[in-house]
Amino acid sequence: MKRFSGLVIAACLSLLTSSAFGADTIKIGVAGAHTGDLASYGLPTVNAAKLVAKDVNAKGGIDGKQIELLVQDEECKPEKATNAATKLVSDGAVVVLGHICSGATKAALPIYTEAKVVTMSPSATNPELTQSGQYPTFFRTIASDDSQAKLGVDFALAKLGAKKIAVLHDKGDYGKGYAEYAQKFIKEGGQAEVVLFEGVTPGAVDYSSVVQKIRQSGADTVMFGGYHPEASKIVAQLKKKRVDVKFISDDGVKDDTFIKVAGADAEGVYASGPQDVSGLEMNKAARAAHMTEFGTEPGAFFDAAYAAMQALVNAIDKADSTESDKIMNVLRTDKVDTTVGTIKFDARGDAEGVGFSMYQVQNGAYVELK
Amino acid sequence: MDWQYFSELFLGGLTRGSIYALIAIGYTMVYGIIELINFAHGEVYMLGAFMGLIVAGVLGILGFPAPAILVIAAVVAIIYCAGYGYTMEKIAYKPLRGAGRLSPLISAIGMSLFLQNYIILAQTSDFLPFPRLIPDFEFLEPVAHVFGSSDFVIVVTSALFMAGLTVFIKYTKMGKAMRATAQNRKMAMLLGVDSDKVISITFLLGSSLAALGGVLIASHVGMVNFAIGFLAGIKAFTAAVLGGIGSIPGAMLGGLFLGLSESFATGYISSDYEDVFAFTLLVVFLIFRPSGIMGKAKVEKV
Repeated sequence: MKRFSGLVIAACLSLLTSSAFGADTIKIGVAGAHTGDLASYGLPTVNAAKLVAKDVNAKGGIDGKQIELLVQDEECKPEKATNAATKLVSDGAVVVLGHICSGATKAALPIYTEAKVVTMSPSATNPELTQSGQYPTFFRTIASDDSQAKLGVDFALAKLGAKKIAVLHDKGDYGKGYAEYAQKFIKEGGQAEVVLFEGVTPGAVDYSSVVQKIRQSGADTVMFGGYHPEASKIVAQLKKKRVDVKFISDDGVKDDTFIKVAGADAEGVYASGPQDVSGLEMNKAARAAHMTEFGTEPGAFFDAAYAAMQALVNAIDKADSTESDKIMNVLRTDKVDTTVGTIKFDARGDAEGVGFSMYQVQNGAYVELK
Repeated sequence: MDWQYFSELFLGGLTRGSIYALIAIGYTMVYGIIELINFAHGEVYMLGAFMGLIVAGVLGILGFPAPAILVIAAVVAIIYCAGYGYTMEKIAYKPLRGAGRLSPLISAIGMSLFLQNYIILAQTSDFLPFPRLIPDFEFLEPVAHVFGSSDFVIVVTSALFMAGLTVFIKYTKMGKAMRATAQNRKMAMLLGVDSDKVISITFLLGSSLAALGGVLIASHVGMVNFAIGFLAGIKAFTAAVLGGIGSIPGAMLGGLFLGLSESFATGYISSDYEDVFAFTLLVVFLIFRPSGIMGKAKVEKV
């Protein structure tokens, strides 16, 4: 019994001090969904981490120390995420790449905050995670959900000269979040008014009444938060009922299936989506490395995950330390070249230099508007 | 009151209601004859849309004009789904004819899941574009922006088919047999009605109308997906109950009533509450008039 309590005390101590101890390897945690139905979002991150680690280790490691990856699966389930986080912290992870889903990330963050472990997500887009200020050690290499709404609203006001905007959503977390931020930004901007704010029922037989309502509201622009099946039904019926409005949406609609299904009705539709980074040399190299190593095209969030891993490794290297304060300082001040471009992080932990662009359907394809 | 807006919503509700009515008839007929709620009926509607897509694809390559494709696609889908309805009854419901009321109901739910997954495997789980088969002919303004050609075609076609069905039930020998079976299956059998045949015909007719609905709506909204049968099926079932389940005119009225109320609820209140409104309506009806609009209180058969 005595020995057991001794172990517990030792574990607690190591929990507090592990990052300060010099070790032979630098342990980097990788957490996310690696099994289950969301594995396709999490596994590319593991691959990205492996590729970067392999690359760095081949070049002699960080200040002579090899990177060791600690991979933890949490299936995007909040209750498992807390276990994964506890395990990573007690195993002595210096920094953690992950988590993947916003819900799981939110559940795990208090543990990392408590243990002062720097965490960087390639995919958790919930705005609260950085904006609440509750998680100072959290960073991300993906733009948050509200930045899409901001981009859409700015575009509608500045480029399209919108005066009356109808804001629609699909009642889902993602679509409604986008719509609510859009409404907030339009109101704050004061240049246009929200003439309609409503949710449509996904899978409904048709949307003609909603379309009539848009006409009745006198809107010149529609902003829609949601996914492409509803969007293509709405644009088709807008055309059919001859309601002449501009249509702006999010990256749930910036999908080639949208153009395929909506056909000619898709022409002229605006949708925001992640900036096209496929032209960057570093990005091409990372994708090629993935192809040689794993024999497949990288999946979702690979670019952002690769960039996050690069930023973390760079920060540990430049800080010459595994102390979180020094790592965070480097992340906030030092610009680093990554697969998503040259980035650094703002005070809240959002990456500066990554974000969304506006696209428009022109001749059956999305074209990035500069 | 803005009459133009009102009429826009009215006509939109009419289109939607016609589709509900077409599907609801299948629910109500099957229920009327064997007191089974055929939960796989919404999937027949989905299968009809997919069959229409395949036929339209082939004919499109062969260069047929759109109206001809629409007619042929609808006819093929109707025949195909009639066959499906017939087979479904033979496989999933007939063996359970004597077995309580719960077993066929669960068999129906199983059938519905089976068909959805069958389409996912055989086709895709993606959304597919459906060609706009209903030709865009022009109405004069101000009608044009309120009531398009596809709304017109849907409303008129469903009205014609429903009228045809009513005539069939009322004046043919088979129709008479169906009504007799609905009234009292045992007695009808004693008097020489082949109730198995009647039940098969019921499934054939109900599935045909659902398939027609599937082709029409898919070409109206321009897309199909394996899941479209679920919500449409539930709504049509609601319509059948509103109209008085078991009554064919009730299903038509119920469908229109539901379509119109949804349309007005969306237009004057909010589409946030579209489904809430439909099902609240159902609950209110079940409380105050459990037999529905056209239904009669059940008389104990002696």
